[in-house]
Amino acid sequence: MSLNMIKKASVTLAATLVLSASAALAAGGGGPALKTQNWSFNGPTGTFDRAQVQRGYQVYSEVCAGCHSLKYVRFGNLPAIGFSEAEAKAIAAEFEAEDGPDDDGEMFMRPARLSDAMPSPFANDKAARASNNGALPPDLSLIAKARVGGADYVYSLLMGYSDAPEGHEVAEGMNYNAWFPGTQIAMAPPVSDDGVEYADGTAATADQQAKDVSAFLMWAAEPKLEDRHRTGLKTMIFLIILTILFWLVKRRVWKDAH
Amino acid sequence: MTTTTPEGGHEDGATRRDFLYIATGAMSVVGAGLFVWPLVDQMNPSADVLALASTELDLSAIEEGQAVTVMWRGKPVFVRHRTAEEIATAKTDDSAALPDIALDSDRVQKAEWLILIGVCTHLGCVPLGQKSTEVKGEYGGWFCPCHGSHYDTSGRIRKGPAPKNLGVPPYVFLDDSHIRIG
Amino acid sequence: MSNPGVTTQVMQWVETRLPIFSFINHSVGTEYPTPRNLNYWWSLGSIAGVALVLQIVTGIVLAMHYVPHADMAFDSVEHIMRDVNYGWMLRYMHANGASLFFVAVYIHMFRGLYFGSYKAPRELLWWFGILIFLAMMATAFMGYVLPWGQMSFWGATVITNMFTAIPVVGEAVTTWLWGGYSVAGPTLQRFFSLHYLLPFVIFALMFLHLWALHTSKSNNPLGIDVKSEKDTLPFHPYFTTKDLVGFGVFFVILAYWVFFNPNYMGHPDNYIPANPLVTPPHIVPEWYFLPFYAILRAVPDKLGGVVLMLGAILILFVIPWLDTSRVRSATFRPVYKGFFWIFVVNGLVLGWIGANPPEGAYIIIGRIATAYYFAHFILVMPIVGWFEKPKPLPDSIAAAVLGDDSAKEAN
Repeated sequence: MSLNMIKKASVTLAATLVLSASAALAAGGGGPALKTQNWSFNGPTGTFDRAQVQRGYQVYSEVCAGCHSLKYVRFGNLPAIGFSEAEAKAIAAEFEAEDGPDDDGEMFMRPARLSDAMPSPFANDKAARASNNGALPPDLSLIAKARVGGADYVYSLLMGYSDAPEGHEVAEGMNYNAWFPGTQIAMAPPVSDDGVEYADGTAATADQQAKDVSAFLMWAAEPKLEDRHRTGLKTMIFLIILTILFWLVKRRVWKDAH
Repeated sequence: MTTTTPEGGHEDGATRRDFLYIATGAMSVVGAGLFVWPLVDQMNPSADVLALASTELDLSAIEEGQAVTVMWRGKPVFVRHRTAEEIATAKTDDSAALPDIALDSDRVQKAEWLILIGVCTHLGCVPLGQKSTEVKGEYGGWFCPCHGSHYDTSGRIRKGPAPKNLGVPPYVFLDDSHIRIG
Repeated sequence: MSNPGVTTQVMQWVETRLPIFSFINHSVGTEYPTPRNLNYWWSLGSIAGVALVLQIVTGIVLAMHYVPHADMAFDSVEHIMRDVNYGWMLRYMHANGASLFFVAVYIHMFRGLYFGSYKAPRELLWWFGILIFLAMMATAFMGYVLPWGQMSFWGATVITNMFTAIPVVGEAVTTWLWGGYSVAGPTLQRFFSLHYLLPFVIFALMFLHLWALHTSKSNNPLGIDVKSEKDTLPFHPYFTTKDLVGFGVFFVILAYWVFFNPNYMGHPDNYIPANPLVTPPHIVPEWYFLPFYAILRAVPDKLGGVVLMLGAILILFVIPWLDTSRVRSATFRPVYKGFFWIFVVNGLVLGWIGANPPEGAYIIIGRIATAYYFAHFILVMPIVGWFEKPKPLPDSIAAAVLGDDSAKEAN
């Protein structure tokens, strides 16, 4: 075997290993393949589709917020997805936030403001479990980054409910979902056709809601994504030009070295 | 970026070489500057600090002649329910020799409620005068113990090293007895 | 004292009181003779230096916002990501910068292995390199604990539990490390303290590494000693500009990860707050530890695994004496060159095994690869060096580079 062959073989093998290792990591839970979507935020120039993310917020607040908190998102963040400041204030004012203690030492409720986080449906994890049959609805702020597959996983899970296959025992109060690790999930199918009514007239199919809320949760998990892409493109162009200049300088300096 | 090895001869080559070096050097400097900016800017107030929480206050519990101190943006805010006498003094002193000229009527929304940022404009100490037991200075307002600045009943600097009057924070009356600062 | 770099009166004034300019000039300037045939693989050392500085700089500013407390660490990281100006960028730079630091150092080490840079008179230079690598591993491990996510917590638990393998005092040592009976708040706080300290230790080690380098001078792709001035070029401007090209490439690659794929090299589970009651189904260390993780798991015995893993690094200390070849560079070693590439592939196989669960064929492959890892040092290096007949070496670097056009500047 010639050396070049060994080199080539090792490079090929290395690439294969790296790819398969990451694929193995990506497979993680070992469920069926994710229902990959063509998200607007994919790719190096991806941005959030404002209308979609706003609809997603509506789905979150009307469907998910009953059980799931979103504690790292504040009402004041909503203008980032296209709500006006006044709209964000109006949305906040529909909720109450705890404040205090007042002069009597008591905590009290007041209308929420932009600086308040999205209110949590339960006082603490134990209360959440008590109200949900022992299951803990996770905080959704980071869910799109905390699961392998991200927004695709969220979408696949939401659309992944089905009857359990033959011979699959589903425990009392649980639901079959092939995409959930262990396939048994306490959450009942959350989205259904016309479960919400979209203000912008988009047909609120279950599929549409699942897509919209997945996009919203991606924004919630990575609110700086657009900044990142924008800055990234400029930085890349700058650095590539600079590197070419460095290379030209090097070549010029080395010209007389022989 | 200089080279110590002189390149033989051509004027053209030298110019082009200089241009290349200057362009590369300039671009490196710009790049370094762009990289340093995030390192500097991260020390500026973050988004949650800028989303400044406002402070609300119920005035009904404050008797005439009393004052309370509340926190706003990490600083004390003085809220004083002024007596008729204090208001009168403040108005009379509009024509006194003031280091930092201001009319009392411009410093309050309602004459009986004087609302000020309780930070001495000299070097940032909190002046005395909020509690009835504290010294209020020669002009019946506040007295800063750090370097002896005296403020009057409108919070105006009258004597001492402080250059400016006590600041007035932005506030609104929500109703007759409630204000929101900020 | 006249020096080519000292041009102005001010510089002269400083120079007579503190010879800083001549120091720089002798270290990385026109007075530092460098073999003229260094290829771009030789840039990885200074690239690693840049990576270290980048880690320290971004780390210092992140520490202005991070809170090393079990209840607040996770929140403070999210605060950095969401609220702090450019916080997301700085954190992604720090996280991905760590990975690229390891990439640079691994390439740097393999370069040393290929060209025999560990051989006399560069043994101490090589040793300081290994010490830097060890300190980097400790720093990176503790850094990964700081976000206090699930992988942080369980990675810390698994790694610190290795110390329980120490006979007799293992339990006591582990409890001491933890500051309690499990990984918890006190562990996090001391890890933060040490994570802040160790980079400066690395920095100091780097100076010793460079001191040793400047004493024995750079090895080169031919592996032969510098014989005359004709063999060298001044470090500046030749290698400063050459290194700049490497820096540019490094930053382009870093920018790609930071801006377009920032979480790829992390693990999603670390965006779940630490939970001492639930272990994630697959605990994997960061990619740069995977080969060593595979070696750890290759042995079914707890103490044996830990000893073997430690041995995998410590064996690097003795390779200057395990390698019996009289020739440094693998370029002139036809047999060893093949074994070198097999060793590289074996390292990648170990990494791949480390990423997979220890079951079925993975166990067998992992054991074979582990055995081969050690065999490379213990058997291949001494035996091949002994029987191999090296190709003839060129008379001098200058002769090889300037005399023969085909050998000219292999870049």
